[in-house]
Amino acid sequence: MLRQIGKRLATAIPSLIGVVVVTFLLTRVLPGDTAAYFAGPAATPQAIAEIRAKLGLDRSLPEQFVSYVKDLATGNLGNSLSTGRPVVTEIKARLPASAELTFLGLFLAIAIAVPLGILAAVKQGSIIDHACRMVATAGVSLPVFFTGLLLVYVFYFLLGWAPAPLGRLDAFSSAPPEVTGFYLIDSLLARDLETFRASLAQLAVPAITMAVFSLAPIARMTRASMLAALASEFVRTAKASGLTPTTVIIRYAFRNALLPVVTTLGMVFSFLLGANVLVEKVFAWPGIGSYAIEALIASDFAPVQGFVLTMAIMYVALNLLIDMLYGVIDPRVRMEG
Amino acid sequence: MTAALPLLDVRNLTVEFATRRGIVTAVEQISIAVAKGETLGIVGESGSGKSVTSYAVMRILDRAGKIANGTVSFSGIDIRGMKEDEVRDLRGREMSMIFQNPRAALNPIRKVGKQIEDVLIRHVQAAPSDAREKAIEILRQVRIARPEERYHAYPFELSGGMCQRIVIALALACRPQLLIADEPTTGLDVTTQKAVMDLVVELTRERGMSTILITHDLGLAATYCDRVVVMEKGKVVETADSAIIFKSPLHPYTQKLMRATPRPNATLRGLLPEGEALPNPIPAPPANDDAAMLLKVENLVKEYPRQGATTSVFSLFKPKAPAADATFRAVDGISFEVRRGESVGLVGESGCGKSTTSMMVMRLLDPTSGRILFNGEDIGGTKAKDFAGLPQRRRIQMVFQDPTDSLNPRFTAVRAIADPLLRMGGLKGGAAIRARCEELARRVGLPVDLLDRFPHQLSGGQKARVGIARAIALDPELVILDEPTAALDVSVQAVVLNLLQDLKVSLGMSYLFVSHDLYVVRMLCDRVIVMKSGRIVEEGPTERVLAAPEAEYTRELLSAIPHPPV
Amino acid sequence: MSVAATPAPAQASAAVATLKHARYIIGENPVTGVAFGIFVLLALAALIGPFIVPFDPLASDTAAALNSPSAKHWFGTDQLGRDIFSRVVVATRLDLGIAIFSVALVFALGGLSGVAAGYFGGWTDRVVGRLADTIMAFPLFVLAMGIVAALGNTVTNIVIATAIINFPLYARVARAEANIRRDAGFVQAARLCGNSEMRILLGHILPNIMPIMMVQMSLTMGYAILNAAGLSFIGLGVRPPTPEWGIMVAEGAAFIVSGEWWIAFFPGVTLMLAVFCFNLLGDGLRDIVDPQRRT
Repeated sequence: MLRQIGKRLATAIPSLIGVVVVTFLLTRVLPGDTAAYFAGPAATPQAIAEIRAKLGLDRSLPEQFVSYVKDLATGNLGNSLSTGRPVVTEIKARLPASAELTFLGLFLAIAIAVPLGILAAVKQGSIIDHACRMVATAGVSLPVFFTGLLLVYVFYFLLGWAPAPLGRLDAFSSAPPEVTGFYLIDSLLARDLETFRASLAQLAVPAITMAVFSLAPIARMTRASMLAALASEFVRTAKASGLTPTTVIIRYAFRNALLPVVTTLGMVFSFLLGANVLVEKVFAWPGIGSYAIEALIASDFAPVQGFVLTMAIMYVALNLLIDMLYGVIDPRVRMEG
Repeated sequence: MTAALPLLDVRNLTVEFATRRGIVTAVEQISIAVAKGETLGIVGESGSGKSVTSYAVMRILDRAGKIANGTVSFSGIDIRGMKEDEVRDLRGREMSMIFQNPRAALNPIRKVGKQIEDVLIRHVQAAPSDAREKAIEILRQVRIARPEERYHAYPFELSGGMCQRIVIALALACRPQLLIADEPTTGLDVTTQKAVMDLVVELTRERGMSTILITHDLGLAATYCDRVVVMEKGKVVETADSAIIFKSPLHPYTQKLMRATPRPNATLRGLLPEGEALPNPIPAPPANDDAAMLLKVENLVKEYPRQGATTSVFSLFKPKAPAADATFRAVDGISFEVRRGESVGLVGESGCGKSTTSMMVMRLLDPTSGRILFNGEDIGGTKAKDFAGLPQRRRIQMVFQDPTDSLNPRFTAVRAIADPLLRMGGLKGGAAIRARCEELARRVGLPVDLLDRFPHQLSGGQKARVGIARAIALDPELVILDEPTAALDVSVQAVVLNLLQDLKVSLGMSYLFVSHDLYVVRMLCDRVIVMKSGRIVEEGPTERVLAAPEAEYTRELLSAIPHPPV
Repeated sequence: MSVAATPAPAQASAAVATLKHARYIIGENPVTGVAFGIFVLLALAALIGPFIVPFDPLASDTAAALNSPSAKHWFGTDQLGRDIFSRVVVATRLDLGIAIFSVALVFALGGLSGVAAGYFGGWTDRVVGRLADTIMAFPLFVLAMGIVAALGNTVTNIVIATAIINFPLYARVARAEANIRRDAGFVQAARLCGNSEMRILLGHILPNIMPIMMVQMSLTMGYAILNAAGLSFIGLGVRPPTPEWGIMVAEGAAFIVSGEWWIAFFPGVTLMLAVFCFNLLGDGLRDIVDPQRRT
């Protein structure tokens, strides 16, 4: 079992190497002068030269790569130009906000999309089926930032149900003592229901926005793979053996249909992590996405690089998790090797 | 059979399917009765409605299909009028079914033992506490060796024959009264087929069960059934005891089917329906070196890396595994020859290496070692991907197993036949090529007006003819026939086999005929080579090998082939 | 290819059959017809939009700022008094242009390298596979952000970034389709007919894969539009005052909380319709190309 896990971990290594190389290339092999870029638009030639030496840009590319990897290994992603603080510290502080939003969104999406997909496939041609197809096609067509704005307009401006889209907590609440960094969990741990309610209120609309966005591909894939599974010969055998519909649908069809759905989750994560940036901008959410946008606008490259790297590493880790989940579900994968 | 109430009584059954082109009647007004303890065969070619009938009996038609008319009664109970959950109680407990393609019929990610338990528990034949014990007992009954271990196996870990035993175990777990077996052995090797069928017969006899055996194979029906129903295009054309029906079939369709089924003493012409006999072909003028060696294969070997040897990027980092135990020999040092004008059969079960051999001779696959001499020249040395440029390419051609798969879906028939002419024919101008294609079409009996159709607009037999026309377009000396009729119905097979024989005679070609069916080989081939596990176990004149086989394996093969009484 | 060997009647009848099938699909699924209608409108807007709009999309008129939709300004005006309808129509060319160029680029690069990887296998396959895997190791939008930030904040770089992040999709589809056909009977037969490997790849395999690639193109058009608009929404690529849907939504975002919904709404809806249209067309195309794959 440990060997299995080790093997799976090993499969992530090429991806990690790729990620590190690409992020390095993105900063160093650029048209234009990286030092000038890092120094900012108003720097003097002398300051640029200093920065070049400080960044080690006067050395050869392989040397630069080695020191880049060394920095990464020691957790040094450089300092932000505008705030002067280390990028790692900032990202660490902001990551829980992004993660809380993304995971809640994904959780909502799965909770709605999977049952919807199953129902649509079981009752093919019914109203639920048509609804599912509509959701699937419309959902992938909605620009996530636009959905967010629409929801803000409806729930904040028209109905007044949601608070103003300005961050994780309103002005009257204070953050719960940090344990996980997730306000929902931390406030419950602190038995502070008031803060829990306040942070849930802030989180609800952005999380729904994320859910609407990721619902479509999950529902679509669940429906398609359920249809394929239901039409399979082993389902026919199960039916011919008189097994009950629940057994046939859940134990025989759905377990098999789950495999492609789990694969789709990888793609959904990719979309979600990207959508996260846009949603954070719409809701002034203090996560790593808005951090990256602020840096982008200020032409402050170190935070952007740190952001891309963090996102990529998180994504590689999530894919690894999905891979392991796949191994749990499918004995054919488990036995391999 | 006496006047006792039949176990299953189907009367005037009509089944319809809603399709894009409107309602299609798959089964029309058929009546079938199965007595207690009887084995009934339903025989017919593809599209005859034999499987649909069984699905209707079990009420597992898919969404588009429905029983439009008629009654189905099972021990006197009206199945058509039953509620869905009542029928569900019957399925698996009173009547059950086994399917073709056993591996697909099992849930791929559930242990086979658990799948048997599901059925037992569903029909209250076992409690969760003793289900496992009972499941293992059932595995033992279907002759699964080491049932305690196999209980934990997943379908992908078992062979095809073993999977079919599991499916049988599922079907018989609750001791039903009726078993419907839908092409239970199609796709299995003949020896496995025999073992599976013998098992089914033994278990059903022992329990006094009734069985419906649905098959396209008359031989199988004759060997195992008491009574046979022949279906054609959704209708029952004849019903009779098997002893009678094979001796004196009454209906013209039954007669045609009977004649077309290869059997020990049949001739090629004898397969064709009476009155449709073809004129004998005019033999090609004998070449000077008539009995000369055309193809000589010496010590041919093909090795493959063993399964599980990864091809991921990681194999780059790993030290190279030692070659000896990392490879497996699909073809293990075989030698044989084909003379000019001769037909040689290459026979064996799946995995014996016959297809690998033919692909190497065809120069589509590179041998690991050994020599392939064609007209005395070694053609084995040229890489398969460069062979297209050699002059020998046009001399060796092939007819493929699956006529559909071997035609480019985006090429018309004429374009497919013209392909070798365009590449290597040396013909100039579209008109000349078109004329040659039409000549070839006439030769293989393909109506010229079908030439401009795409493959999906042609029938199986017509596609086979296109494939044959393409293979003979350049007047090859050697044609490899890779199970050319395996995907065809028997009546079409009869016609295609005759065509192949006539072409061989009139064009003076040599054939290397790859097949699993010794009776088919017998009619077409002068000599036969029997292969097993990559080696040749027996070789000799066809008549001798079939009449007095020397190798134990050949005897086993011969006795396993079911055939209608002679 | 010989023209004579594939006579015109066959092609004509095949074309008629395809048309009939297409009409059947549209009859069965009128939504595809609607999508086609939207597509025609978008194409018109892109081609002649700038010549027919009622206002100069860049002309500001502070007296008429923040007007809600009216008979004069169908979609209202923004904070600088610019006519939103004119801006939305004029933006079509830029938005579709970015998508079309990036899809064409990735189709050429990803499609061809994928087909080669699937057909030849070996090191070609490994190189293409590794490249695709490396790109796939990033969340795609995040990678696009990084690329544009590094290469420079221009429209060309948006096109390049969009093409790069779509590369794995094309390469994988093309690879898989080529791979299953690599040893198909008709390919083996083509080898026997004396076709060279290159001719088999281009003459036999590619035409069989094209329909699936076309579907892929239509589906990724929508994604490319979304991606480009997303990038400009966060301030990358296109810069104000250039009319572009993503930027217009971004500009209107500040006014949503005060109730001026139309500034963000109309460009947003147009963006959504465009993506919707390409997704539906892709689904419709898939039905025409491969009825079995209907979901």
